[in-house]
Amino acid sequence: MISFFSKLSLNKQNSPLEHAKPAYMDKSATLQELGYKDENDLKETIYDFLRTIRDPEKPSTLEDLKVIYEEGIFVNEPTADKVPVIRVEYNPTVPHCSLATLIGLCIRIKIQRSIHHPVKLDIYIKKGAHTTEDEINKQINDKERIAAAMENPNLRNLVENCIAEEE
Amino acid sequence: MTVKTSRGALWRSFRRNQFKTEMVNLELSQILTGHKGIVWNVSWHPQGNVIASCGEDKTIKLWSKEGVQWTIKTVLVDGHQRTIREVAWSPCGNFLASASFDATTAIWDKKSGQFECNATLEGHENEVKSVAWSPSGQLLATCGRDKSVWVWEVAGDDEYECEAVLNAHNQDVKKVAWHPSLDVLASASYDNTVKMYKEDSADNDWTCVATLQSHDSTVWSLAFDNTGERLATCSDDKTVKIWKEYKSDNQEGVIVNDKESVWKCVCTLSGYHTRSVYDIAWCHKTGLIATACGDDIIRIFKESEDSDLNAPTFDLMCTKLNAHTQDVNCVKWNPLGNQELLSCSDDGEIRLWKCSE
Repeated sequence: MISFFSKLSLNKQNSPLEHAKPAYMDKSATLQELGYKDENDLKETIYDFLRTIRDPEKPSTLEDLKVIYEEGIFVNEPTADKVPVIRVEYNPTVPHCSLATLIGLCIRIKIQRSIHHPVKLDIYIKKGAHTTEDEINKQINDKERIAAAMENPNLRNLVENCIAEEE
Repeated sequence: MTVKTSRGALWRSFRRNQFKTEMVNLELSQILTGHKGIVWNVSWHPQGNVIASCGEDKTIKLWSKEGVQWTIKTVLVDGHQRTIREVAWSPCGNFLASASFDATTAIWDKKSGQFECNATLEGHENEVKSVAWSPSGQLLATCGRDKSVWVWEVAGDDEYECEAVLNAHNQDVKKVAWHPSLDVLASASYDNTVKMYKEDSADNDWTCVATLQSHDSTVWSLAFDNTGERLATCSDDKTVKIWKEYKSDNQEGVIVNDKESVWKCVCTLSGYHTRSVYDIAWCHKTGLIATACGDDIIRIFKESEDSDLNAPTFDLMCTKLNAHTQDVNCVKWNPLGNQELLSCSDDGEIRLWKCSE
């Protein structure tokens, strides 16, 4: 019954000018239609994107340093348009880590570049893990600041180096 | 005298929303494609027959109607080195200002027959986030990440003089907007506040005359109503707030002290938006309020008929799901008041909508 009504309302939508979009851009797609078995599969996919990010200073990955960990990735309730909402928490190695903002930026850019469908990202420092976490959280979730940061050649280079895939 | 929304008003508004949703229809008229990457902003020419758009691709595109279709007529390149964040037509329609992350604001005109950049305003230390012309067209305001708001005076042909540098905010300033008829300026900031400024007639000094504090996070944008006595603001805190000006002779008994007026938040629309609200547009003809949200949805609100001036109620009249495939960055009503609405998005598209009640 419910599916009947949802089909009915879909048919009523009247937008003749809408271009045909590839299936993955269809936002009513469920996780299954996007190619994931379930929420856990999406979570693991995100974790796989992030685990290989290199630390800006040390010769290790964020996974090695436990900055990124699987339990820090949450699949939240999707938007009304069924876009998956993902929250990533990370744990800077020291509470005054000066590179915490850069790491947040790397996490966002790596997911945006790797994922093949629209997604909403909320990136936060693990609660209590940084002395200025509120400040950093606000900055790394401000899309305008992120866009501007990625146009800064020095910052962009730093990000590119951290997220580049190993040969 | 309280200006807070009463429990009764909230309940009335809740009941209304239960039964009166989707009374406004938003129908897609055209998708305008041509930009590469994020489209940050669009601006209607004051005559409503030309659209300027800008974005991540560092170009400005000018669109006008060919038959029934809007098409690109001019592309302005080489004006900026980085993202163009906002474009604004002057009230006379002869000038276009563009604000960029490259720290400059460019002024374009077509005195030579085609659009050229004939003046560049420099002074901000880094990204310029917003630019707006005063209603007279004699003043221009800009703001940016350097926390400052600049007021520029049009001093002559291609000449702009800095009138004031206002450092009232303590963070990134996101948006500037002028009162619809007076030289009163408002700015929205990452410091969660809105500030208002005007020139002191005694010493010609621009000063901050009001601080509007109520949002819990970045205020992304703001829009005056047609009287200029009310302001709508939208925020990263997922709410929209309506503010009212109380002048010193107000009948409600709001204490104004030695100022000309105070601004109070008289309505908060919460529970509607599920992510950051990036832009808000208040139509000066119809009174409809449109919002652009990070959940890819465009919403339309309308003040209810029995709305109390001191505790107004607004009904959600339309929720346009899938308005875009990514964040909606900007919404603009056609100044002609013909209920045409423009929107643009991270998805690279500009969409033109026809609104009907």
